[in-house]
Amino acid sequence: MTSPSPTGAPYDPHAQVHLGVFYPGVGPQLVWTDPDAASHTAIETFVHVAQLLERGLFDAFFLGEGLRVRENRGRVHDLDVAGRPDAITQLSALAAVTERIGLVATQNTTYNFPADLARRLASLDLLSGGRAGWNIVTTDNAWTGANFRHGGWLPHERRYERATQFVDAAKELWASWAPDAIAESGEESSWARPGAIREVERDTDLVRLRARATVPASPQGRPVLFQAGDSDGGRELAARHADVVFSANTDYDKAVAYAADLRARLARYGRSPASLRILPGASVILGDTPEEARERAEWVHAEQLSPPRAIAFLEQYWDTDLSDYDPHGPLPDIEPSQAELDPSRGTLPIERRTGKLATIARWREQAAAENLSILQLVRRVTPRERAFVGTASQVADEWVRYVRTRAVDGFNISPHLLPSSLEDIVNKLVPELQERGAYRTEYTGTTLREHLDLPAPSGGSGVAGHFAG
Amino acid sequence: MTDRRLLLAIDLDGDGAHPAAWRHSGHPPAHTLTAAALRRVVTEAEAAGFALATFADTPLPAGPAPDDAGRLEAGTRAAFAALLTSGIGLAPTLHATTTEPFHLATQLASLDHASKGRAAWVVGAAAGDDALATIGAQALTEEDARREAADVVEVARLLWDSWEDDAVIKDAATGRYLDSDRVHHVNYTGTSFTVSGPLITPRPPQGQVVVLAPAGLELDASADVVLVSETDAGALARPAQQARDAGAALAFAEIEVALDAAEPAARRLAALDAATPWPDSGRLRYAGPAAGLVELLRSLPPAVDGVRLHPAVLAADLPVLAGEVLPALAAAGLHAPPVPGATLRTTLGLPRPANRFAAVASATA
Repeated sequence: MTSPSPTGAPYDPHAQVHLGVFYPGVGPQLVWTDPDAASHTAIETFVHVAQLLERGLFDAFFLGEGLRVRENRGRVHDLDVAGRPDAITQLSALAAVTERIGLVATQNTTYNFPADLARRLASLDLLSGGRAGWNIVTTDNAWTGANFRHGGWLPHERRYERATQFVDAAKELWASWAPDAIAESGEESSWARPGAIREVERDTDLVRLRARATVPASPQGRPVLFQAGDSDGGRELAARHADVVFSANTDYDKAVAYAADLRARLARYGRSPASLRILPGASVILGDTPEEARERAEWVHAEQLSPPRAIAFLEQYWDTDLSDYDPHGPLPDIEPSQAELDPSRGTLPIERRTGKLATIARWREQAAAENLSILQLVRRVTPRERAFVGTASQVADEWVRYVRTRAVDGFNISPHLLPSSLEDIVNKLVPELQERGAYRTEYTGTTLREHLDLPAPSGGSGVAGHFAG
Repeated sequence: MTDRRLLLAIDLDGDGAHPAAWRHSGHPPAHTLTAAALRRVVTEAEAAGFALATFADTPLPAGPAPDDAGRLEAGTRAAFAALLTSGIGLAPTLHATTTEPFHLATQLASLDHASKGRAAWVVGAAAGDDALATIGAQALTEEDARREAADVVEVARLLWDSWEDDAVIKDAATGRYLDSDRVHHVNYTGTSFTVSGPLITPRPPQGQVVVLAPAGLELDASADVVLVSETDAGALARPAQQARDAGAALAFAEIEVALDAAEPAARRLAALDAATPWPDSGRLRYAGPAAGLVELLRSLPPAVDGVRLHPAVLAADLPVLAGEVLPALAAAGLHAPPVPGATLRTTLGLPRPANRFAAVASATA
């Protein structure tokens, strides 16, 4: 098998599918109306899911984060699941009742102190025996910043500059203990050997600190770094710092182009392709037959875009109360406000910052031409989340093609229904992947870095021998 | 509190309160930073029947002083203990001065959810140059540090109430997951920061996480428990009463203990002090047989409502506390272990506070 794959990387018949679950904790993709839906805040749900995924030999369980409760026109958005825990706290609790699965916390570089966050992540990493990951995200908007000491201080175009300096400082803190820093016994003259722990100092306009790490490296060296940004700045940050990218490029052709772009960037930083795993987000909807899967996908989509959500969606564009309009009736006949959209409130994608009135005019034409109700139009114009829909066998075949042609290394699954959509994946899809030789049949390592088959971090102090096993 | 009972807390930081504890703990020093060590000490404290475990912390690192040991961040330690225990309260020290107040409130609310209502917070207010340098800031005066701690306690309490208990309604008929009238902005303006809110986490199971504050922070009116340090047992009553008069529900005495174990306490202390003398921390200190500590503890109520014990060496003193001291206090009717599944407020005899935003809403309705 030497034929080149479309990604330029050689076809790999032994490539493995790496799986994580990304649990965002808020948002319309989570269906809460189904009677089978578990509580989205109870600790039992998280314990059940983490242990389920461990049974399914997943690489990682991943929590999202948002630092302000989402709003629609000045009021708390009330239609979606909301109210999530602090990720590092929740994962530290889960570390005590799991043994192998990676535990990844989404944490923001704009509204955290670098030494404080690095320390909390390092603590999770040690307590979990080297299973911690950090999904690095940035924010720039002042609306979120209003919850923090330095609200709204960072210009949009500098958010990745801050993130890069922040991650640099964190990495240096994590590598600042010499492997033999700690005394072997109580007979030695001091707990930490003199000179074995380096102080880290930064003094720029974006990152200022003077700190010494309070813990040594974990068995995996340092937390595994995930990055999801898809802009040029985000891709550069990933190529420079990330161990795993969590991209939105899930369609095969997009995944191929993304992989080629990222591997080229990696080379510029002197990194090998094997030092970065590409795990795009994916939704999975399984059925025992293709028809059943399609029907389920339609149901999920309808639940995700319910009639009240269709009205709330238009309210953001019209910038006024539309609750008197029938979602099954025609578009509002009143005129929208002239103001552009504000995507900072967490319910709109950032590219919709401009062009609101033109968009509304286009929708009106489309609704008139096709005789669409509010609900029908909103379902039509809202891009569907990329979902793999089919039988377990169909999805397994598709995923095997993705990984063997090196378009991706696996997927970060976004569940729509907790826990049943994940139970289906563990019980049905995982065995199909195993049959194809594309998925582990047991954990072969203990750390997240080992699960992902990533090289040891460079520039680090290596694994502290005290913590093995 | 007029009934004769004594609430028992224990600090589980590192190898113990004596600076040389790491030399006499019977394991390699690095072991203290492992999950196995934390799991063991937390489950021992729960089995012993303590009402509350605290986890001391500072943002400062190991070294350069000979006894400066490494330390896992306290919030993650307490969270790790949440699912390993079912009755004991869990109180990390979090420093108001070196963290984001919003994150701090979220972390504690999350600890309360994960532990089903057993979270508490020992308010820290690190003010020194090295501590503040970790966030790129300058040292604070003691007065500024106290003011900052007061502000952070106040905003944390507002944020814990920012979701009413019944805010999540899951009304399938209207498609509303939550009632936005029951999720509130807090719009807090402190001296050095502002917070809009609401919290990203629903209201903690206890309503309000239990707040413990050292008396020196002068948070008597906003803390649930004030921690009183006096080197003389007879001097505890006055500051404890002052704290309660100012509004604190409970006053606990801070007590350092070294007990007769395999070796007599005096010989153990001499060996420890030979490595590094135990500095005077301003706390009451007891060294001797378990029976003497039982006598001392029996004499404390009702002057104080509880104690926080700081064992010199956890590996040596915790087994004696578990095997001799707590059983004797229980036999004397002074102490009962927490009921599994009870919230910390229930264990401490504190009411679950009404939500201040709900009170406003019903008053204006």
